[in-house]
Amino acid sequence: MTPAVSGEQAALKNDPGERGGVSPPVVSIVHRGADAAPLAGITARAIVLPSLVAVMFLLFWDGAVRLSGSQLFPKPLDVLWGLVELAKKGLLVKYVVASLFRVTWGFTLAVIVGIPFGLLMGSNKLVQEAFNPLIQGFRPISPIAWIPVSILWFGVSDAAPVFLIFLARVFPITVSTAAAVKSVQSVYLRAADNFGLTKFQLFSQVIFPASLPQIITGLRIGLGIAWLVVVAAEMIAVNSGLGYLIIDARNAGKRYDLVVAGMVLIGVIGWLLDLLMRQVERFQTVKWAYGTLHD
Amino acid sequence: MIEPPTQSLPTERTGTPAVLVRDVWMDFPHKQGSQATPVLEQINVEIPRGEFVCVVGPSGCGKTTLLNIIAGFLKASRGEVLVEGESVHGPDPRRIVIFQEGSVFPWLTVSANVGFGLNHVSAAERERVIQHYIDMVGLTGFESAYLRQLSGGMRQRVEIARALAANPEVLYMDEPFGALDYFTRFKMRADLVRIWQQEKKTILFVTHDIDEAIQLADRVVVLSSRPSTIRLIMSVPLPRPRDLNSPIYLETRDRILNALGMSLRNGINASCGSHSDASGNC
Ligand SMILES: Nc1ncnc2c1ncn2[C@@H]1O[C@H](COP(=O)(O)OP(=O)(O)OP(=O)(O)O)[C@@H](O)[C@H]1O
Ligand SMILES: [Mg+2]
Repeated sequence: MTPAVSGEQAALKNDPGERGGVSPPVVSIVHRGADAAPLAGITARAIVLPSLVAVMFLLFWDGAVRLSGSQLFPKPLDVLWGLVELAKKGLLVKYVVASLFRVTWGFTLAVIVGIPFGLLMGSNKLVQEAFNPLIQGFRPISPIAWIPVSILWFGVSDAAPVFLIFLARVFPITVSTAAAVKSVQSVYLRAADNFGLTKFQLFSQVIFPASLPQIITGLRIGLGIAWLVVVAAEMIAVNSGLGYLIIDARNAGKRYDLVVAGMVLIGVIGWLLDLLMRQVERFQTVKWAYGTLHD
Repeated sequence: MIEPPTQSLPTERTGTPAVLVRDVWMDFPHKQGSQATPVLEQINVEIPRGEFVCVVGPSGCGKTTLLNIIAGFLKASRGEVLVEGESVHGPDPRRIVIFQEGSVFPWLTVSANVGFGLNHVSAAERERVIQHYIDMVGLTGFESAYLRQLSGGMRQRVEIARALAANPEVLYMDEPFGALDYFTRFKMRADLVRIWQQEKKTILFVTHDIDEAIQLADRVVVLSSRPSTIRLIMSVPLPRPRDLNSPIYLETRDRILNALGMSLRNGINASCGSHSDASGNC
C-alpha cells in the first residue's frame, strides 16, 4: 500500500474535533536565530580586533603630532582634556542636545511629509507623473545651497537648520518611499484584493507593511545624511550645536583641541544614531525582508 | 480490495452550478501590437457545488490564465464566467485564490495571516475561527511564528487556513503543492481531501501533476498545450480513500496521458497533438 492511501485513510478517520490528521511539524525553526548565541570566539574577535586598530590609530596620531612639532593641532590626550573642559562648562551636553534637537525635528517633519506623500506617489500614477519632475529637480540642490535662503526666511534661529534638514531629507524620503511601494510584490496586492479590503485597509494592512522594510533602510541612510547636514548648517546659521562649536573654537582663539573634540562627538553620535536605526530593522514586522543580514 | 465509499460525493446537482465557464477565449495582445498570443480557446466547464475539480495541462498552457479569468483577476477576450449564476467581474472574498507564487504575508504572524480575511466579526469570534483553522491545517503551536520561520509545507498550510477562515464558497488553488517535496505533497493532498470533506467547499485545483489530479479530484479537466483547448473531462470513478494500486487508477491515468498524446508504455510520443509548438513544448 502506498503512503498516499494510508495518508488519506488516516485523514478520514479523523473527526473534525480532533487536531486534524497532521501533528504539528516538530521543527525547532521557530527559535532559530533568536537565541542562537554567537560563538564566544567571534565575540572576542569582534572586540579585540577593532580595539587594536583604534589603539594603533591613536598612537600614530600622537606620534605624528609630536614629530611635526605642531603647536596648534592637538594630540589625542589634548582632545580628551578638551572634552572634559566642555563637559565642565556644561557646553558638551548643551551643544549635543541642540544638534540632536534640530536633527530630530527636521528629520521628523521630513518623515511626516515624505512618507505619506511617497505612499501616494507610489500607488497613484497620476500623482507620480505630476510631481516627479519637480521633485527630481529639487533633489540635486545641496542643502548647503539653501543656507542663505533659510537665513533670509528664518534668521539665526533653530528654525533655519530644522528647515535645512527637512529640505535635505523630504525629497529623498518621498522618492524612496514611492519606489518601495512600487516594488511591493503584486501577489500580495492580488491577495488583498481577493479578501475585499477597502482602499484604506489595503494601504494600512498591505502596502505600508510590505514597503516598510525598504522605507526603513532609506530612513537609516537618510538619518546619517541629516546628521551631516545639521553640522554644516550650524556652522553658519546658528550659535549653538556641534557645528557651531567647531567653527567657534577655531575663530575664537584657534582652539583646535576643541575643534577635534567636536569632530569626535559628531562621529560618535552619528555612529550611535546608525546603531539605533539598525535596531529598528530588527523588529519582527520588518525583519522578513532583510534576509539573514541581522540574524 | 475495493472499499465502499465512506462518504458519498458531495456533488448535489441542484440548479445553478457553483462555477460555470462559458465559451472562454483568451488572447494576450503583443507589445508591438502585431500578433496576439492565443492562450485559451473555447473553454467550457461546469462545476457543481461541492465538487473537487482538477485542471491539468502542460506547463505554460494557460492554467494560471484560466484560473485568473475564473477568479476575476483577468478579463477574458471572449466568453464569461458565472458563479452561482452571477457574472464574475472581479475578485470577491466568496471565492478565494491560493496563488502559485504564495501570498502569505511575511510581516504577519501565522495567526494574523489566518485572521486576515476576518475583518467584520467580533474579536472573540475572530480568535475562535483563527484557532479552528490553524488546528485544522495542523499548525497548532505555530500561531505566533512568522513566515520565514516556517517550512514550505507549513507556508502552504497557512495559505489554506487563511483562505478557509474567510469562509469562501469556492477555493481556487494554483499548483499549491508544486514547490513541495514528494512526501510533503502526499501529506498535503491527504489533508486537503480531509479538509474538503469537512468543509464542503467547491474546489478548482490547478496542477501539472496528473497523479495529483487523480488522487484529489472528482473530475479532471485536461488541457492541451497552448493554445489550450479542453482535451478531455473525465470523472475519477474511485471511491475515497483512494487505492492508488487499483486498476481504475491506472486506467484513468492512461486515459489522461493519452489525451495529452503521451503514454507511459512507449515513452513520450513524438507527436504531441496538433497544437505542439516548434520548441517541442507539449
Ligand atoms: N500577462 C501576460 N501577457 C502576455 N502573455 C502572457 C501573460 N500571462 C501569461 N502569458 C502567456 O500565456 C501562456 C500561459 O501562461 P500561464 O501562466 O497561464 O501558464 P500555466 O499553464 O499556468 O503554466 P505553469 O504550469 O508553468 O504555471 C504563457 O505562454 C505565457 O507566456
Ligand atoms: Mg501557472
